[in-house]
Amino acid sequence: MKDTSIKKLVIAVTGLNAIDSPGPGIAVIRGIRDCKDWDVRIIGLSYESLEPGIYMHDVVDKTYQIPYPSAGSEALLNRLIHIHESEKIDVIIPNFDAELQNFIKISNDLKKIGIGTFLPSLAQLEARDKVNLYHFGTQHNLLVPADRIIYKVDDLKSVIDQFGSPIVVKGKYYEAVVTYTLEQAQKAFHKLQAKWGLPIIVQQFINGTEINIAALGDGKGNTISAIPMRKLYITDKGKAWAGITLEDKSLIDLAKHFISVTKWSGGFELEIMRTADNKPYIMEINPRFPAWIYLTTGAGQNQPEALVKMALGEEVKPYTDYEVGKIFIRYSWDLITNIEEFQKISAFGEL
Amino acid sequence: MKLKKNIATSESGFVFNPSSGDSFSLNIIGAEILLQMKESKSSDEIKKDILNRYEVDKSLLEKDWDDFMAQLKDNNLLEF
Repeated sequence: MKDTSIKKLVIAVTGLNAIDSPGPGIAVIRGIRDCKDWDVRIIGLSYESLEPGIYMHDVVDKTYQIPYPSAGSEALLNRLIHIHESEKIDVIIPNFDAELQNFIKISNDLKKIGIGTFLPSLAQLEARDKVNLYHFGTQHNLLVPADRIIYKVDDLKSVIDQFGSPIVVKGKYYEAVVTYTLEQAQKAFHKLQAKWGLPIIVQQFINGTEINIAALGDGKGNTISAIPMRKLYITDKGKAWAGITLEDKSLIDLAKHFISVTKWSGGFELEIMRTADNKPYIMEINPRFPAWIYLTTGAGQNQPEALVKMALGEEVKPYTDYEVGKIFIRYSWDLITNIEEFQKISAFGEL
Repeated sequence: MKLKKNIATSESGFVFNPSSGDSFSLNIIGAEILLQMKESKSSDEIKKDILNRYEVDKSLLEKDWDDFMAQLKDNNLLEF
């Protein structure tokens, strides 16, 4: 007999691009679906017609296209109101850096029509931005590599004179390239400028072991969950294709310190480079769950589930334990679909 | 020299360092040594046990022992 006490929820999720440099959407949905406290309908929110999640009907129940972030927050709100009329959404979880600003701006409007979110504030979002990261680190006693924010390719020479080589050339939103010569740095500058615009962030190169921490703050300074992971296999885009959970109190304390000083609300990822003398440099702070977030569920701390509960206004107790040595291995899979499906999402913006 | 407390070992010779995520495979002798180190046996006790059970020259054992400990140290598996 079906348990009628189980809550029915409608949760909308972005980041359905489960590609070689994946968005976190599918992993977030898997975490949500693993929770037995609710009977969930997943609404996918997509930007492009070939995001694989749109066609994964056992993962995503229905997908709607939404306007690109550049269309602004009003266009996004209008589209979401339209979708809400049919779907009665309870919670939305945005998963892209570039869309967060718009979602934060409309979060109060969404709340008024009954849609919960659990996002950082605009001020929190700005403070950890790549452009402000070094200042943020010095302000809060966190180790961050020195950087320079540049708008002209000619500035690269003085940066190399200052930091030496190699350097890390980073795009405004995504991507980073390690370059060893001025020519390589110039090439990376032009490529990243064309893709993500200006400024370009140039960071001092730190040698060490790459470790990432997926964490969740409750907005009051408490850490609900923090799980460190070491990348075991890295793609040519620098993404983890396999990783393992670590036991390291200093890394968890680092995440707790970050949450405590920022009162961070929502999920985030700390990208750490741990040097040979054990110093954890924060290379980047991503203001949303990482694509490997399902590992936290596998290790015993279901961060997507906890975030949904907090978005619904429920009190969530911090997780205390997790399984060390839990491994994720990503894989690719050819999904076969029909032209009719592609046509529906392309022409009508729904599937 | 002691093995770090959180190092996981198995009888098959698989070693996992949960702080770094590194894993290693040891041969039979290496696995036996690590398991005995895990039981907090002293270096002398372990070496004596090896000399009793295997046909090995004492000076060769000492040399191999030092090499093995250096590798454990280099891979951050020991505490001092």
